[in-house]
Amino acid sequence: MSTQDIGAIVEAEEGASLWNDAWLRLKKNRAAVTGGVVLVVMVLLVLLTPWIAPYSYEAQNLDLGATPPSAAHWLGTDIFGRDLLTQILYGGRISLAVGFIATAVALVIGVTWGAVAGYVGGRVDSMMMRFVDILYALPFMIFIILLMVVFGRNILLLFLAIGAVEWLTMARIMRTQVQSLRQQEFVEAAVSLGLAPAAIIFRHIIPNAIGPIIVYTTLTIPSVMLLEAFLSFLGLGIQPPQTSWGLLISYGAETMEEYPWLLIFPGAALTITLFSLNFLGDGLRDALDVRGSKD
Amino acid sequence: MSLLTVNDLSVSFVTRNGTTEAVKNVSFNVESKSITAIIGESGSGKSVSCYALLGLIPQPPGRVDSGTAEFGGRDLLSLSERELRGIRGSDIAMIFQDPMTCLNPYMRIGEQLIEPLIVHGVANKEAATKRAVELLDEVGIQNPEVAMQAYPFEFSGGMRQRVMIAMALIAEPKLLIADEPTTALDVTVQAQIFDLLSDLRRQTGAAIILITHDMGAVAEMAERMIVMYAGRKAEFGPVDQIINHPRHPYTKGLISCVPHIVSDMTEERPDLVEVPGIVPSLKDFGQDRCLFASRCTYVTDKCRASRPEERLFSDGQIADCWHAEDL
Amino acid sequence: MVRFILWRLLQAIPVIFVVITATFFLVRSAPGGPFDSEKAVLPEVKRALEAQYKLDLPLHEQYVAYLGDLSSGDLGPSFKYPGRSVNEILSSGLPVTAELGLYALTFALFVGVLAGVFAALKPNTRQDFIPMGMAMIGICMPSFLLGPLLVLVFGIYLDWLPIAGWGDLPGDKILPSITLGSAYAAYIARLSRAGMLEILSQDYIRTARAKGLPEWQVVTQHALRGGLIPVIAFLGPAFAGLLAGSFVVETIFQIPGLGRFYVQAAFNRDYTMILGTTVFLSTLIVFFNLISDVIAAWLNPRLRAQFKGGA
Repeated sequence: MSTQDIGAIVEAEEGASLWNDAWLRLKKNRAAVTGGVVLVVMVLLVLLTPWIAPYSYEAQNLDLGATPPSAAHWLGTDIFGRDLLTQILYGGRISLAVGFIATAVALVIGVTWGAVAGYVGGRVDSMMMRFVDILYALPFMIFIILLMVVFGRNILLLFLAIGAVEWLTMARIMRTQVQSLRQQEFVEAAVSLGLAPAAIIFRHIIPNAIGPIIVYTTLTIPSVMLLEAFLSFLGLGIQPPQTSWGLLISYGAETMEEYPWLLIFPGAALTITLFSLNFLGDGLRDALDVRGSKD
Repeated sequence: MSLLTVNDLSVSFVTRNGTTEAVKNVSFNVESKSITAIIGESGSGKSVSCYALLGLIPQPPGRVDSGTAEFGGRDLLSLSERELRGIRGSDIAMIFQDPMTCLNPYMRIGEQLIEPLIVHGVANKEAATKRAVELLDEVGIQNPEVAMQAYPFEFSGGMRQRVMIAMALIAEPKLLIADEPTTALDVTVQAQIFDLLSDLRRQTGAAIILITHDMGAVAEMAERMIVMYAGRKAEFGPVDQIINHPRHPYTKGLISCVPHIVSDMTEERPDLVEVPGIVPSLKDFGQDRCLFASRCTYVTDKCRASRPEERLFSDGQIADCWHAEDL
Repeated sequence: MVRFILWRLLQAIPVIFVVITATFFLVRSAPGGPFDSEKAVLPEVKRALEAQYKLDLPLHEQYVAYLGDLSSGDLGPSFKYPGRSVNEILSSGLPVTAELGLYALTFALFVGVLAGVFAALKPNTRQDFIPMGMAMIGICMPSFLLGPLLVLVFGIYLDWLPIAGWGDLPGDKILPSITLGSAYAAYIARLSRAGMLEILSQDYIRTARAKGLPEWQVVTQHALRGGLIPVIAFLGPAFAGLLAGSFVVETIFQIPGLGRFYVQAAFNRDYTMILGTTVFLSTLIVFFNLISDVIAAWLNPRLRAQFKGGA
């Protein structure tokens, strides 16, 4: 018996169900907990923005111009005299919205596709996954840029485009999960006990497949946000009068020599949010003991 | 003078859920060129004791609490990592339980085989390669030169275990520790491996510590045995003597558990013997009472109140039981 | 082995075909053409231009004609830069981007593998948290944030390195390469750490230690072989990502590479340029993925034998 086994056995004699175990483990991961807290704070801030922003979104003060942080403007102002904190809050609404919504799109498409392929199996499965493989091999960055240029910078299109890229991996993960679960003995046992397929799917397969899905979703959101920021930076994403963190960073980069705060603060907002999401996602992965596609 | 004298060895594991005394006050010795078996169930501490000798237990969470292990005039448990490295593979070698995972799948057999000789500076690559080929032949691998270039996945479990044995013996160690070498193999292959080990012992003069849970193998191969239960020593001494007259209830139970193949099928087949109850959980190790008490037919209040002391019998047989004389 | 490669090549062809077709029709179906934004052009002139560039033919005929040109390697003339062909522009930008990508990848591999292996040796200690924390920063800070920040610190405040250009001033290749490579260094660090951790917990590592090998040899001669395979497999996707990343980095540092041309072409609706670059880059990516998959498979002795048997 290896030394790791001994440690594991002593631990196992305590924990109860899978979720209990996972929750306990997650709580002990300080980075993940911090990430989770920061994320919740961030989300609350952007949700409450219309009520808590110090200035209105459009308020300009051309006489003021760009100023460094001060009592009146905690994070300074941009070249149009607009309060940076307000800009960041409103930008955050867009950036986080894109992150969550595009991920949700990818989630729905991917999970459905993968679950069907995994459960039905056979030729249908082969075809469905072949399709995924071909799409996977396409260099998507190039296509998204193309799409955005060609069809105009529509925020809805942005969601769809990003979602269209991310659903593939989701589908693969879900399909592997469903496939392996379906073959496991407890499913056979359930079948032999006379449970209907629907009951099996909902009460046995889905709860077990959810682990990797949760992890991957949490890790997809930051990728999506990065993608949006990237496109906005190139001028292909969010367009004025709306703003996003990516746009704010690109403006900041232009004038960074004279007004570095215009780059640093939006940059910090984005980086901190991405950090939180990634730490949380990593923590979830460890807690739920998900090992990617190796399982 | 024994080759190896282990005295009062105790090893614990400290995890965030508590400390487990995996091995407690274990003493035994191994004579040169002899085969000593350590027998016990999973979790009895038999492997941990031997890993501790070579310093193979990661020191957190493991911890050697006490004990000495005299080998070649030095105490293994007090040696530095550097000194231990000099001993591993050259004076004391070890083979492990699962040959399927114990060889590096990305390295050719030959490369792995010559490593002990190269690392300990015993031979250069050419000489080591020659010796490796010879050894592969001795352990019964056909076409040894070809085998040298092969990868582990090309071999079956039994052949891999032979390679492991060759690898362990190549630097001519004085002591070979075999940790359940046949548990992962088929029955027929098991017999071959045991035979191989016996032959090699005769040829090379190495002593062997055989860790196993197979009482039958112990009876056939070993000269002395130590029975371990829940991290503690239950009984130690010459194999024949113990099997004829075990002095610990657990040992008695183990011996009677070995099913006998009935030669005449019309005879009434006796029920399978079992030792009722289960092994105590790791949390319960280390308490000051007999850990076998709940399963013992000889149990009295004394057993539940304090830990049994050693009782010595003739020929070096030692049993840790309050009722050893009564058996 | 040969069969495996051929099979993968065969699979790659439909992908490239889909890329060409999809790009072609996507670009053409967009509103507006390359000559629309020109200042008031006389209709006749416009028509003449369109005829010259075959834009007046029905779409599917244009498609076939394009395929024909492609097969002879001709990517067509650029619409925006009269007199220059796409091939020409590509070949001027390619070496630059290739060099940038190479430096970035080298940086990423070097830093990433070192950090990841180092962290894996003592998991859950400071030796682990610090490199992995920095790796997290690399992942969470997009290149267009990191680049300007590096420029701000090293180019402007400290004035150590040039802030733009490629090959004009000594040291001007450093910041762009680091900017581009950072995110990949981070991914590689995480991958190599995970790979090494997995390997180091294997039984055969214990065997190696039991033979008396010093720890550094256990790591370099036994663990690295298996532990770095995920990194090799990652090189394919990394290549694709580096190309995409070059768009931004070349824009920030004003580097005359493919990425910048591509972005400009996209804005200018320079059809042939867009098409040509997309086809070219996609083909490169597909091949690079293939190569990295083949190498990763070859590194596993069991898979290697299977291939040899099937060759």
